[in-house]
Amino acid sequence: MTQLADPSGRATMEVPAPSGRGDADEALAVRTDGLTKRFGTQVAVDSLDLRVPRGSVYGFLGPNGSGKTTTIRMLLGLVEPTAGSRSLLGLPMPQGATEALHRVGSLVEGPAFHPYLSGRANLVRLDAADLLAEPRTSGGRIDLALDRVGLRAAAGKRYRAYSLGMRQRLAIAAALLAPRDLLVLDEPTNGLDPQGTREVRNLIGALASDGTTVLVSSHLLSEVEQICTHLGVMREGRLVAQGTTGEVRGVGTVSVRVETGQPERAAEVLTRLGAASVATSPTGVRADAGDLDPEAVVAELVRAGVGVRGFALDRPSLEDLFVTLTGEGFDVSG
Amino acid sequence: MSAAEVSTGAARDAADRPPARGSDEGPRGAPARPAPHRLLSTRLLRSELRLIAGRRRNQAGLAVLAVVPIVMAVAVKMSTPGAGEGPDFLSSITSNGLFVPLAALGVEMGMFLPLAMSMLAGDAIAGEANIGTLRYLLTVPVGRTRLLLVKYASLCIAAFWGVTAVALPGAVVGVAIFGTGPLTTLSGSQIAFGAAVWRLLLVMLYLSAGLAALAAVGLFISTLTEQPIAAAIALMIFTIVSWILDSVPQLAWLHPWLVVDHWLAFGDLLRDPIGGGGEIGTGLALAAAYAVVFWTAAWARFAGKDITS
Repeated sequence: MTQLADPSGRATMEVPAPSGRGDADEALAVRTDGLTKRFGTQVAVDSLDLRVPRGSVYGFLGPNGSGKTTTIRMLLGLVEPTAGSRSLLGLPMPQGATEALHRVGSLVEGPAFHPYLSGRANLVRLDAADLLAEPRTSGGRIDLALDRVGLRAAAGKRYRAYSLGMRQRLAIAAALLAPRDLLVLDEPTNGLDPQGTREVRNLIGALASDGTTVLVSSHLLSEVEQICTHLGVMREGRLVAQGTTGEVRGVGTVSVRVETGQPERAAEVLTRLGAASVATSPTGVRADAGDLDPEAVVAELVRAGVGVRGFALDRPSLEDLFVTLTGEGFDVSG
Repeated sequence: MSAAEVSTGAARDAADRPPARGSDEGPRGAPARPAPHRLLSTRLLRSELRLIAGRRRNQAGLAVLAVVPIVMAVAVKMSTPGAGEGPDFLSSITSNGLFVPLAALGVEMGMFLPLAMSMLAGDAIAGEANIGTLRYLLTVPVGRTRLLLVKYASLCIAAFWGVTAVALPGAVVGVAIFGTGPLTTLSGSQIAFGAAVWRLLLVMLYLSAGLAALAAVGLFISTLTEQPIAAAIALMIFTIVSWILDSVPQLAWLHPWLVVDHWLAFGDLLRDPIGGGGEIGTGLALAAAYAVVFWTAAWARFAGKDITS
């Protein structure tokens, strides 16, 4: 199910017919239909059709103010949508909240804990709040969660003494208190050092390979690129692209790059083969790949006597794609 | 066939990413693993009480509440007032130590105990919203109705703690200084020390009920804001305005509807028979009405509120 956008960002939808509503719900960890939220006259989220398949790592991207957090708050039942429906793990929200949310670990807009309680005491409190959590296993589960984020040694310290990175880790530990089928992580690597970022990435990978679905919003595109199987891109409250990472990345054009000492001759060959937007530089040629067969291009270049030092098909970086989809610049939308 | 498998014309490089795990794994137990469904658990309430009791500010507040009767007892002992002088219970203190907590409760119900209630009620919802823990409690999930019930129960228990923090040290110090003679009731009869202790306990429960009514107002205010101090101040203003209205004779028609108006009627519990003045029942009924009305208002406000903190 993919929605593609032309570069102007106006969404053009291409939604193949779902294979029967029941099936789709079974296979989706998160599903929203026409999810809309208006604050006064401001439309924060505009008829969102989110599809997060079970078992996927779904990268939820978008500039600040594009509606990601509002969407996440609606999914978790914190904010009531103006229109549309949402379901978590096949259970409709908010009716199925008690059952669904117990199986969902979440990190929403940064960590928040009682400052004068220790990290551990904060987790004890959250576990105590869960009617479905087994009190007898509470201690063990808390230790396990603290271990997973490497916070066991500092668990007895008051939360107010924690660094930002430790706070973030504690929030992730809270999300892991019970066995979860879905993790909703809003900017999970915020405030973490490069090492911590890597650990979180590995942790998400490990959880995902256990079968947990992960919905992760992030502005650090390189991370998302490394761990996500699916992407959804928001712009001004609308979903401008959604699908597997490959599908979404395929939206950008692929270009061929030839490194050579004879750029002019290489350019001639490429033009003859029908390549568009051929551009030469002192060290080589670049052109849109279009329908070109890369193997044929290399063979043709060599036959024409062009000394090929390097040949590559360049896909646009996720960052380029992101900018294409969401618009450039630092202005916060809306 | 799942949503993840639908491809587009642009998906030619789909192979350079790992395939979607969800697409070939099949549905994973949608109808939930068997979980023990508990409708009732005291864990959250106990956690609330630990939170209230563990906070330094609250401990300091309790200490302040406890100091007042001690200061009063010592002051009376040192000044040895003449018979018949001073306010109600103060003059009786020298005859029986149990009048110390009664006198102290009379003094502290005016301002100190409502202030303590205000701080706690401010913390209840607004405090959690302010530091952001509210969103994590709600996504645990804690149902909003359940959260309000637990928060209110904890405030009611805390009200009793506050009253006890005044009464217990007052009783101990009073008995130590003035002894355990028989207690003369306001009706003039004498009751034994043991019976007097029961009367004191009844007074404590009655005043706790009064404070619990105030706490319901506070809980409602707490759902209106994300600033715990603002909520606390608002409840203090509510209390002070109530006292002011209660002191204006021209507004006598309003007085029965002011929750504070009935608080000082606790003296009726020291009559023979108990509750001789007849105001105790009215006081309790009004407190219950306040609790129901304002808890419901808090629920109406909170149940559908967008949590954006």
